[in-house]
Formats: sequence, structure tokens, C-alpha cells
Amino acid sequence: MNRFAELLAALAFQPQRNGKLRLLTDYFRSVPDPDRGYALAAIAGGLKFTHAKPALIRGLVDARIDPVLFDLSYDYVGDLAETVALIWPKKHGANVSPGLGEIVERLATLGKAELPRCLEKWLDALDADGRLALIKLITGGLRVGVSARLAKTAVAGIKSVDPNEIEELWPALSPPYLDLFAWLDGTAEKPSAKAHAVFRPVMLAHAIEEEDWPGLDPSDFIAEWKWDGIRVQAVSEGNVDRLYSRTGEDIGGSFPDVLDALPPNVVIDGELLVIRKGEAASFNELQQRLNRKAVNAKMLQEFPAGIRAYDLLMLDGEDLRGCAFVERRARLEKFIAERKSQQLDLSPLVPFATWDELRAHRASPPSPAVEGVMLKRKVSPYLPGRVKGEWWKWKRDPHLVDAVLMYAQRGHGKRSSYYSDYTFGVWKNDELVPVGKAYFGFTDEELVKIDRFVRAHTTNKFGPVREVVHDQKTGLVFEVAFEGLARSTRHKSGVAMRFPRINRLRWDKPPGEADTIETLEMMLTAD
Amino acid sequence: MTPLLEPKPGGLYCAEGDFFVDPVRAVKRAVITHGHSDHARAGHEQVLATAETIAIMEVRCGDDCAGIKQAARYGQTTTIGNVKVTLKPAGHILGSAQAVVERGAERIVVSGDYKRRRDPTCARFEPVECDVFISEATFGLPVFTHPPDTQEIAKLLHSIAVFPERAHLVGAYSLGKAQRIIALLREAGYDAPIFLHGAMVELCKLYERFGVRLGLLIPLTEAKNKIFSGSVVIAPPSVFGERWTRRLGDHVNSFASGWMRIRARARQQGIELPLIVSDHADWEELTATVEELRPRELWVTHGQEDALVHYSRSIGVPARPLSLKGYDETGEGEPETGTQATLFPLNANGGNGKDSGL
Ligand SMILES: [Zn+2]
Ligand SMILES: [Zn+2]
Repeated sequence: MNRFAELLAALAFQPQRNGKLRLLTDYFRSVPDPDRGYALAAIAGGLKFTHAKPALIRGLVDARIDPVLFDLSYDYVGDLAETVALIWPKKHGANVSPGLGEIVERLATLGKAELPRCLEKWLDALDADGRLALIKLITGGLRVGVSARLAKTAVAGIKSVDPNEIEELWPALSPPYLDLFAWLDGTAEKPSAKAHAVFRPVMLAHAIEEEDWPGLDPSDFIAEWKWDGIRVQAVSEGNVDRLYSRTGEDIGGSFPDVLDALPPNVVIDGELLVIRKGEAASFNELQQRLNRKAVNAKMLQEFPAGIRAYDLLMLDGEDLRGCAFVERRARLEKFIAERKSQQLDLSPLVPFATWDELRAHRASPPSPAVEGVMLKRKVSPYLPGRVKGEWWKWKRDPHLVDAVLMYAQRGHGKRSSYYSDYTFGVWKNDELVPVGKAYFGFTDEELVKIDRFVRAHTTNKFGPVREVVHDQKTGLVFEVAFEGLARSTRHKSGVAMRFPRINRLRWDKPPGEADTIETLEMMLTAD
Repeated sequence: MTPLLEPKPGGLYCAEGDFFVDPVRAVKRAVITHGHSDHARAGHEQVLATAETIAIMEVRCGDDCAGIKQAARYGQTTTIGNVKVTLKPAGHILGSAQAVVERGAERIVVSGDYKRRRDPTCARFEPVECDVFISEATFGLPVFTHPPDTQEIAKLLHSIAVFPERAHLVGAYSLGKAQRIIALLREAGYDAPIFLHGAMVELCKLYERFGVRLGLLIPLTEAKNKIFSGSVVIAPPSVFGERWTRRLGDHVNSFASGWMRIRARARQQGIELPLIVSDHADWEELTATVEELRPRELWVTHGQEDALVHYSRSIGVPARPLSLKGYDETGEGEPETGTQATLFPLNANGGNGKDSGL
């Protein structure tokens, strides 16, 4: 448990993706079975046991600690789990600290009545980091900021295999993944992925840039709309149906209606959308269906989800991924024509002869749920990952607003001496309200200039955050580009941006002339 | 009879001997427990302290930091009027002492800042039976238990192994903490050169002069075109985010402090590698000391007084907070000018609000 606790602590302070990856790989490489396997399951969300309520923990600590001392401490620390972990009195001569595997295996078989006593014993035997990890684990609050995908990538790092190989195997594996680690350690063969309805790594497109056009011949490509939903892979094999996100996360639980409508023995690549009478709705509506554990009948009726198919990877056991796109497309069209339903339809092609013609189509899409066009090379097979030159995405132009820099935060790693993360706001009456945060979109030279500006115009410091002058006359205006806007109760402004980035620095513009919240609210109704 | 010691605006005062202990303003006669700047101020007419503390004061404030400087060895008694003063090791930093003040059979121990665990850079705390024990309470809450320092040093060495291409910038107070971290690294077998920020170069030399071995140290000013990958650089914690740190390239910000126990504290500072190493007693040491000495009365000075006073009364030792002004409540005893606001943005009584999403 100690190594797992140490890992969680280190991850909690590590802001960089690569840093997290290194910590994880180091852990998976050096910790023995079965602990590392259970750690992988805990992080990737594959552990199942009944969780304890925070009240149980509170009860245990109340029996041990003077309430005055506890209250003073809780007031100081502010977080219940952390306070309990820190304040739990050391017991000399306690048992040896239990391993993660021991704890997980015990929890799986433990009766509810035995839990408190067992927990107490473990708390006595662990140190403060270990206690915090245990409390978070059993109360289900293990938020470590690591996605399942990142954890698998770290595991792949043990032997430098392609993370996609692990992704393909994943549905066939179960904690503590002894066969997986044995293979990566080089002591056993690769486990078989013959199990059912596995995820196939998806093919991704490059965003097309000005300089890419001259090398491209329109007659080599087919164009189709790019829909603004969630890219998914629907798999039906044997009697198993699954719906995966493009990173291989199983999201089927939230979309039983889509799974029900899936024909047998097929793997489809498509876009998950809310579809009403054949019309795709905006991303905001799809969001109502996301991350819901329980889906009720009302949700299903109000926000009916479906797949708009882009590609066909497998059909009746035949792997089509090696075929050319035109061939797969022909098979897909025939397949959908025979089985079309409310929950499964075809993404139409966009006919064009020249790039200018396509540009014109892109400027007037048939639906607000279109976010651009996709270009696919006619002869390209279906390849995992972002393969350059085969698929291109040509997005609709982003929304732009002028917003004022309000707070700047120090970055991390190479940027840790630069103020590189910016919170910006727009005017609401005479006051600026924050509407978003961005930390890219500018060049290194621009970063140096903004950093200098921040340091010279600081009005307040809070740890690594500086408040920057932002009145009508003085301040820095950013032209911010973003993909979409959603209502948000968590933001004071009432709106939240998707993919905001700094498009341009407007040193020339006085902050008083930046945009107002009304401008954003209009975009919201237009979307 | 006049009290042997009493709290005055200038600090703890002994009327009979006409001296202060660690006065916060210039006075005629001062007994100084240790060299941290909130305890050892310049400008007193006469100073009684250990030779190490006097040397530290001279390095920091010049040879004329005080009028008459009288050095006392640990255990040596000095008579001032009717009162006897003896310095005993406090285990806090090099030269740190408890001031044992006696008049007849009455004895008060002013512990100054102290800790109980072993520290390779200073003499270990010596418990002295007394009527009144005056304790600090910097980490006077039961959530503060400092782990073994070997464990924290192992954390640093592990991070260097996992990120060998990044420099490790360790924030540590210039006096005491910096030298202790270096000495602990050496004990753990780390023998590469360690790079030093200018603020601590002279103090490290002073430690060496008093026999504390720190190994090869290189001032940053003498490492002009150096690539710092994988190196340890020790600097005062006020430097995080300063422009010169760009010289270090992509580096890990680490901070050695008892405050790193609280995760929000570390996060607020953008610390990637918190090291829980403190020169102050943790809760267990504070309470164990009260239990061991069982003084007739406990007086509690700077820090989190409430919890310690409450605890002491609960085990039958009468206690009262002294609320002396002018000492660094944030502990670590080294208020580098201008850094307090950025280092410790939580308010002084520590409440940072519940459910702050740590
Ligand atoms: Zn001190
Ligand atoms: Zn102090």
C-alpha cells in the first residue's frame, strides 16, 4: 500500500502528462504482482466493491480523538479525508502495513459488519499517505487526474509496446492483470484477445493547414461532413455489444438505446449524436446524456441518441481495415441501407470537383450540428492513430471574441518561471466576469512579452497566481478563439467555452473596447 | 516577589536580571536562543548566546551586530544579578539553545524553537526539569506529524532517478534547513556537487567551520554555463518562479518544510515535490515533551497555541498562551523579506475554509 500511496501523492502534485506517465511506468515496472495490477484497476476504474460512507470514517476517528482537537484540525486542513489521515493516532506495535492487493481482495469478500473493524486495523498499520489513499479508495474518491488511457500507456511503457495493443486486449483482461504483466515482463506469451467485442484503435485526422493544400489533388479524396458529437466505435461480436469512445473507454452504460439498436456482428466507426427524425441536434443536447450513471425513460425520449456511421471496420467476422476507403464506404452504404433505423444512419458525402467548390459547401452546412468537413483519401486503409496525409479535418472557422486578461498563473516544467496560463473575462455592465482559461495559441516570443506585462502590471498575488490590471484603460486584450459555448452554472458568467485558445494579442486595443457578455449570450442562442 | 520572567511588549523579560530573552527590539541586555532573524535581532548593547549563534549573527548582520558579545558553552552557567542563566541544546539549528533561567529553587526553561529528533547539523535537545516550560507551537495541531527525514530524502532521490534530465530546485530556508538537507543527502550517499543560491553560501561555510561536513558545494554564481540536468540546487523558497530559475531549464520545484504536510499548501505554491522536513517539533514531539517534563505550568508562544494549551490542560498540566508579538508565526523562522505573502497566503490563524477542494 505504501508504494501505491506514494504514487498517488506524487501524481497529485504532478501537473504534466509526461511527468505522470513517468511516475506510473516507474511504479508498474518496480512494484510486484498483484499490487500493481490492482493499482492499474483502481486508476483505470476497474475495481468493484461496496464503498464505505464518509460517516463511517468520521465515526472511527471520533472514537479516538478529542473532539476539540479534531475540530481545530479539520478547520485548519479543510478536507475531511485528509484531516482523518493526518490526525489518526499512531499505534506502536501495529501490524505490518497491508499491501494494496491484500486490501482489495479482502474488501471484495468482506461483510458489511466486518468493515469498521477491518478498516481500523489497516488505519493503525499505515502511515499518513497510506491512510489517505485507503480512505479515498474505500469512499470511492480516488481522483488522481489520470485517464484510463494514460494508465494503459504507462503500462505499455514497461516494454515499449504500442498502447493500442493493450487497448485491443483490454476487454479480455481482468484485475490484477497477471497475464498482461507477465507478457510485458517477458515471462509469458501475449494474452489472447479473442474475447469478445474488443476495441479497435481508431484512425484519426490531421487538422489541415494552409501549407497542406498545394500537395493535395481533389480527385484523390472523398469529402463528408464532420459532425459535432462524440466519435465512437460500436462493436457487436458474439453476443456482446459495446460502445467505445475514441480512446477505448466503454461508454455503453449511458446509451442503452444505441446498443439495443446495433445489428449483430459488426464494428462501426461513427459519430454519437442526439438524432430526432433524422436531424442531428447540437453537442449541448448530447451533453445531457453524458456521464449519467442511470438513464431514465424520460431522458431517452427527450434526448434520443444514435450513431451516424462513417466507416465499417468488421462485418460478419471479416476484417475490412485493410481495404481501401472507397471499398469500405460502398460496403457501409449497402449495410446501412438494409438496416437503417432511428439510431443508426449514414453520414452523407459532400460531392465536389474542386477545393473552391468544397469551400463553398463548408461555408453553408446543412445542419448546425456540422463542425466542418472531413477529407479522406480514396485508397487509404483504416490505420490506427493520426497518420499524416490520409485523413484531414477542415473545421468550421472558430468563434472569436475579444476578452481581457484578468489572472495569470505560472506554468509548469519549462514554463514554471513564466506566467503562461491565463484567465480572461468580458464586460458585464462595468465589471469584467471571467469566461475562460487558455494556455496555448501564442508563440514563445509572445509568451515572453505577456510574462513581462504580467509582472509589470500585477495588482495582487495568490501563490502562483497573479491578478493583473484590468480596468477600462489599462490591461491586455486577447482575441480568443473557441469552438462552442455551453451554459454553465459553475461559472459566474453563466457560460463555458469549448477549446478556448489565444488567437491574437491585441496590444492595440483598450480593454474598455473588449466584448460584452451579451455578445456571448447571442452566440449561445444561435448555436 | 517580582515574577522571574514575564511577557512584555519587547519579549520575555526578567526584571531581576534586567534582561530579555529573544527581544523583538533593541534592548540593553539580551539572551538569544538561536540565530533565526526573528529571534536574533541586531542592535542590543549586550548579548549572551552560544558561540555558533554569535557567529551566525555576525555573518548576517556584521561584526557590530551587538555591543558586547558573550559566548557561553552548553551547560555553562552565567550569573546576572540574582539570576542564573544556563544554555542547553534545543536541537533546532546549529547553536540553538534553550535558556534555563533560575532564581533560588525556581526554574523556567525558555525552549526557543526546538525539535526532538536527531539532526546531523546540531546538538540534540536536552530535556530540563522545570517549574515553567515555555514551548513554541509552530506545528501545534495533531495533523502535523513529520515523517522520518530519511523517508523524505529518499523521496527526493527517487524523483531524481525518475526524472534524471530535470534539475531539482529544493526550496529551503537559508539558515538551518538548507544545511540539514545537504547533510542528510550526504548521509544518504548522494555525493554529487550541490549547487547553492547566493543567500546560503556564507552560512554553509560557517557550518563547515563548526565541523558540519557538507561535501562539495558550488555557488550558482560560479556555475555560469552549466547544464543543471539531474542536479540538486538549493535556494530560499522565495525564488520559485523568479526569472533566474530559467537557467535551470525544465526543473522540479521542491520545498522542504513542515507545512508541506498539508497538500493544499504545496499545491498553492505550485510545488511538484513536497518534502516534509521541519526544524520545529511536530505534534508528537510537543506533547511528548510536555508529558516528559510535566512542568508546574506550560506557557505557549508563537504558533498554534490553542490545541497545545487544550491538550496540556487535558493531561492535568495548567497551561496558558503567551501571545508574544513579533515572532514568525509561520514557523521555519526565516521571514525573508517580502516572501510571506506569497509563501503563506492562508491567514495567520490557519483557517483556510472547509471543503476548499484539496
Ligand atoms: Zn527558529
Ligand atoms: Zn521562531
